[in-house]
Amino acid sequence: MSSNNHLDYLDELEAEAIHILREVAGQFEKPALLFSGGKDSITLVRLAEKAFRPGKFPFPLVHIDTGHNFVETIEYRDKMIDRIGEKLIVGHVQDSIDEGKVVEQTGKNASRNALQTVTLLDTIAKHKFDACIGGARRDEEKARAKERIFSVRDEFGQWDPKRQRPELWNLYNGKIHKGENVRVFPISNWTELDVWNYIRRENIELPTIYFAHKRDTIVRNGQLMAASPFLNMDDEDVITNRTVRFRTVGDMTCTAAVQSEAFEIDDIINEISESKISERGARMDDKVSEAAMEDRKKGGYF
Amino acid sequence: MDILKFITAGSVDDGKSTLIGRLLYDSGAILADQLEALHSSNRKNDDGSIDLAILTDGLKAEREQGITIDVAYKYFNTDKRKFIIADAPGHIQYTRNMVTGASNSNLAIILIDARKGVIEQTVRHTFLVSLLGLPQIVVAINKMDMVGYSEEIYNNIVADYQALAQKLDLKNAVKFIPISALKGDNIVHESTNLPWYKGESLLHFLENVEIAVDNKTEHARLPVQWVIRPQTDELHDYRGYAGRVLSGSFHVNDKVTVLPSGFTSTISKIEQLGVEPTEAKTGMSVTIHLEDEIDISRGDILVNSRQQPQVAKMIEADLCWMDTRALDADHTYFIQHNSKLTRCKISEVLYKININNLEKVYDEEFKLNDIGRIVIKTADELAFDPYHENKANGGAIIIDSRTNVTVGALMLRSAVD
Ligand SMILES: Nc1nc2c(ncn2[C@@H]2O[C@H](COP(=O)(O)OP(=O)(O)O)[C@@H](O)[C@H]2O)c(=O)[nH]1
Repeated sequence: MSSNNHLDYLDELEAEAIHILREVAGQFEKPALLFSGGKDSITLVRLAEKAFRPGKFPFPLVHIDTGHNFVETIEYRDKMIDRIGEKLIVGHVQDSIDEGKVVEQTGKNASRNALQTVTLLDTIAKHKFDACIGGARRDEEKARAKERIFSVRDEFGQWDPKRQRPELWNLYNGKIHKGENVRVFPISNWTELDVWNYIRRENIELPTIYFAHKRDTIVRNGQLMAASPFLNMDDEDVITNRTVRFRTVGDMTCTAAVQSEAFEIDDIINEISESKISERGARMDDKVSEAAMEDRKKGGYF
Repeated sequence: MDILKFITAGSVDDGKSTLIGRLLYDSGAILADQLEALHSSNRKNDDGSIDLAILTDGLKAEREQGITIDVAYKYFNTDKRKFIIADAPGHIQYTRNMVTGASNSNLAIILIDARKGVIEQTVRHTFLVSLLGLPQIVVAINKMDMVGYSEEIYNNIVADYQALAQKLDLKNAVKFIPISALKGDNIVHESTNLPWYKGESLLHFLENVEIAVDNKTEHARLPVQWVIRPQTDELHDYRGYAGRVLSGSFHVNDKVTVLPSGFTSTISKIEQLGVEPTEAKTGMSVTIHLEDEIDISRGDILVNSRQQPQVAKMIEADLCWMDTRALDADHTYFIQHNSKLTRCKISEVLYKININNLEKVYDEEFKLNDIGRIVIKTADELAFDPYHENKANGGAIIIDSRTNVTVGALMLRSAVD
């Protein structure tokens, strides 16, 4: 067979992700799709439409809301839910704080990012989700490079890198004991650039903060942060209006901006192709230590 | 642009991590902040250059032990291709990891240390790659800088490997390339240190090699994963069979058989969100509609009626055992074959293979990393193709019902009467 019989790489990645989503539908009783409002989970929604339309999604969308969101993200989320007509469940970090399950961090670098894990685990337990679909990719970080597409978590949401199941061919073993759940990563094999190329090809709308815009910013620990009431700012913080964009969409307290003139998706793809800083480099919480991600995943993080 | 998935196999210290690091580094797949971490790391080569092997180290526990012990996936691309590397360890105690990595690859790079030549590990790696049916092997003879870039040494290793290939009756295509992963000779750029080598660099080969499709047959197969039934007023009678084409292709008006039930019908429509292609090719995830209303659910497989697979409950297969608890002949396991899940027992162990010298061993006990031939008995019928003819419909996993862990990889061979 000649090589032109092979699918184009984006078609192959898409077909693989749809296959994985349908395995989730077929193998689990109560799956959920973790929706962050970022481009990776937006891509997952698009893939789910391809996998299940004209039927309904066999799972709700779940958003863990830190309360420190970019307004653009929430607007986008609500508009999207209207369009696709699927169920959205929101888990509020504020509730976890009010219930005394977590304690709000204080000080200049306070962030609710770490608190999300508790809210996520509570939301999973409350709804008895047995599978949670997420948009993580293996190219993001070293620890992820070894994680399975079906990644089993124990009752406490913990990932044990030493006890991963072998994952062969396109066969995904979703059998679990009561109380355990599986995190499923359909776009494991996509790179950041693949996601952008797919978004361009499919003409997927994104929250506006991904594109260059003018915004008040301050410099914190060498990174550009959006000025907001959620950052504990003081007199030393100098607010400057800059043309920036965000490469990931997370909590406002820990998602750094990059100076950019990329107003269109083509500009972004060019910018990433010649990238000077990898995507996770723009998240302060990973910088703490080389093994930061691995430790967080063991603790039940996305 | 298409995708090439490959696995790298080598013994400890053959230079696997350095090679992968070099491919990523020289092809520009390393970003600035990763590079910064690399330069600031304490690990350096003896000559003070950065240690590229750090790029492929994964988990903390493994870093502490200083070795890679699980399959890690790495990504890079050039203008020609997207590459996915399954980085698996080569020790005998990690045979299962290599089997796992190989199951998802179309090509294997087998590393040989030029100072050591073909050794026991090379035999084992080659055997596993042939068992898993990877169509292409690249034998990368590494550390050429340490043997003075000697053509004679290279030629001797090539001859030794060819003798091994003959002994194994190797069906895979084999390409030899002399390299130095550390110095970068013949990895991305052709090397002036190897003027006698007239071939292409490793990356050039990887970019241009024709990727043989896994399945040698063109037989159309689609396991049903999910039935789409909106059951709304407008779509009252809508019934779409969702799945991914494993092999061959389906067309509108093709006669298809549903297995194991044996019902037949005709394809009335093929759907992919919003579009209705007339053909569903290998690898595509689609939704198929049939003219007749028949009972089909997850676990059934649609096949072209003119190209029937084998349907059986007693099947001879090659098995790689992947669990620390040995195979228990009295225990009922699960078997997962594409979307089909049923119960099974291993009814007979025919033999095991000593994977270092490839001799048969007659010993019933199947332990971690053992490979051999068995007969499996399943509760429901499986509709399968022999693995060496059609990988996609010939591979299956065994799951232990007590732990839910994947404990075995099966390469199905043929129905037993
Ligand atoms: N001289 C030389 N040394 C090499 C070459 N490739 C790897 N090495 C060295 O061999 C050692 C083992 O390499 P590494 O990549 O960690 O091996 P792995 O265990 O197969 O991953 C390291 O000290 C490398 O620097 C090579 O082509 N030439």
